[in-house]
Amino acid sequence: MSYLVAAPVLIPMLAGALSLVAWRSHMLQRALAVLGTGALLISAILLMIEVANEGIQVTEFGGWPAPMGIVFVADWLSVLMVLLTGITGLAAAIFSLPGTTLRMEHAGYYALLHVLLAGVAGAFLTGDVFNLYVWFEIMLLASFALLAMGGERAQMAGALKYVVLNLISSAIFLTAIGLLYGLIGTLNMADVAVKVAALESSDRVTVIATLFMIAFGIKAAAFPLFFWLPASYHTPPVAVSALFAGLLTKVGVYALYRFFTLIFTADVGFTHEVLKWVAVFTMLSGVLGAAAQFEFRRILSFHIISQIGYMILGLALYTPLAVAGGVFYLAHHIIVKANLFFISGATYHLRGSHDLSRLGGLWKTHPWLGVLFLIPALSLAGVPPLSGFWAKFIVIKAGVALDEWLVVAAALLTGLLTLYSMMKIWMEVFWKATPPETAELRGVRPPAAMTMVIVALSVLTVLIGVIAEPVWQLAAAAADQLLDPRAYIEAVLPESAQ
Amino acid sequence: MAVWLAITVGGLYGCAFYMLMRRSITKTLIGLILLSNAANLLIFVAAGLTEAQPALIPADSYLPEPGTADPLAQALILTAIVIGFGVLAFAMALIYRAHEVLHVDDFDALKDADE
Repeated sequence: MSYLVAAPVLIPMLAGALSLVAWRSHMLQRALAVLGTGALLISAILLMIEVANEGIQVTEFGGWPAPMGIVFVADWLSVLMVLLTGITGLAAAIFSLPGTTLRMEHAGYYALLHVLLAGVAGAFLTGDVFNLYVWFEIMLLASFALLAMGGERAQMAGALKYVVLNLISSAIFLTAIGLLYGLIGTLNMADVAVKVAALESSDRVTVIATLFMIAFGIKAAAFPLFFWLPASYHTPPVAVSALFAGLLTKVGVYALYRFFTLIFTADVGFTHEVLKWVAVFTMLSGVLGAAAQFEFRRILSFHIISQIGYMILGLALYTPLAVAGGVFYLAHHIIVKANLFFISGATYHLRGSHDLSRLGGLWKTHPWLGVLFLIPALSLAGVPPLSGFWAKFIVIKAGVALDEWLVVAAALLTGLLTLYSMMKIWMEVFWKATPPETAELRGVRPPAAMTMVIVALSVLTVLIGVIAEPVWQLAAAAADQLLDPRAYIEAVLPESAQ
Repeated sequence: MAVWLAITVGGLYGCAFYMLMRRSITKTLIGLILLSNAANLLIFVAAGLTEAQPALIPADSYLPEPGTADPLAQALILTAIVIGFGVLAFAMALIYRAHEVLHVDDFDALKDADE
């Protein structure tokens, strides 16, 4: 039993509580934001080392053995996601430092940031279905408050759509939990997997699986339930957008990966076939939606959707190569997408607008920012040797191996259109001359904290691309564990091994 | 009893989705409230109903007597009610604030407000 498994949840919880205690002191709150997220990142790295050395880690809360008590389980996928949570959290905290107004700090901005991270880490680590629901709600409530903070017109409209659709998704999730519990009488994920596999008929399980698919599909912004995302993600402060874009939808994707490899594998011909077409339409509708947009963060929001399609595709193809590709995609996407949002924040700082028609001329004044934009932008489009190329390459290779030509064609087309969108941003924001109505050089350069975050994430993107082998090994190890859940089940329920 | 409760649950879901499909934001909130109650009641029914068998363990025993009510389902519902209450309270405050800012009670009127 290891308390380290709970640390990525306990640290942000504690930091959030301390932030509330330090309500009056802005210095303390800011220090806590960086220290807390930094400690989260360190705990994630330590946990990863432990998982590498000793295999899957399990913590039983209150000493109640599974399946009676609630467990936290850290396998390769969980620990990788927690590590990415730490990286994005730290980046968002540092990026927030120069831009956050006193008013937002008074509204509890940093405390909410910590609670959001605790919810995300809890969702990644928990081994109990109902506990996953609770972490989802913690995460959602924090995100609701962060989204609506400020109370501007656009934020209110965005937040309303976001809140309503996420509450519907939560209710469907709860319905699915109720039916699952009624059917097999347990909610521990490993125990559920054992009992579902032992059922004679899989009809009712498939119904419940579909309910879970809808609930997680809404949270992951998959076709056709993605409309809340582009309506809301461009409205909050940039650091919040980046955190949402990097992490929140990925929690839905993670839940899909967990449930549709561990529990609902009885009727792969139906569930994963549905997922496959969902993935194809998600990719295409996201990228086509982006082509019609002319607002920096809205374009990026639509691209989140199309990229979610690739990740779901990795799961839907359901071969070791495809699932490993999907995991690789998750890792690459979180870093790249958060970085692109951060860059939109830097350009906003320089030009005071997110509207592409009002931006321009940045290549002349800030060429280094242009280079820093090109790295994640080209990576998102899948240009070698950046991280996105390998992610797309693996998923598409898995599709070719299965002779899924239609799917492969959709994936390639999406990549091409992504390149078009990224070039559109590049031409409008950096290449064209500054429009006359826009004041040139509002600030001479973005604050050092912003630059630091963008440079660090860009370097990480290049590193994942150039030295792809270790990340690939990690993704492959995660995929092996997902596709052969015996190790997971044995770690949680030692007595079932006999 | 289970049949009647099941029909009630179905009715609640029906009403909830009917309300959610309205354009009025206030009615949508009512739909969400109905939906969360429907889900709670569904867990209650799905976990199995027992009558006149409280989940108490006799003083000299370690386990409850067979056939007693399942306490876990009730714990789940209690948690879900508390979470649902918090989230819906926030949604209500948000809708109130949104009405102050936007002066509309119609989702269709929000189409351009987020730009």
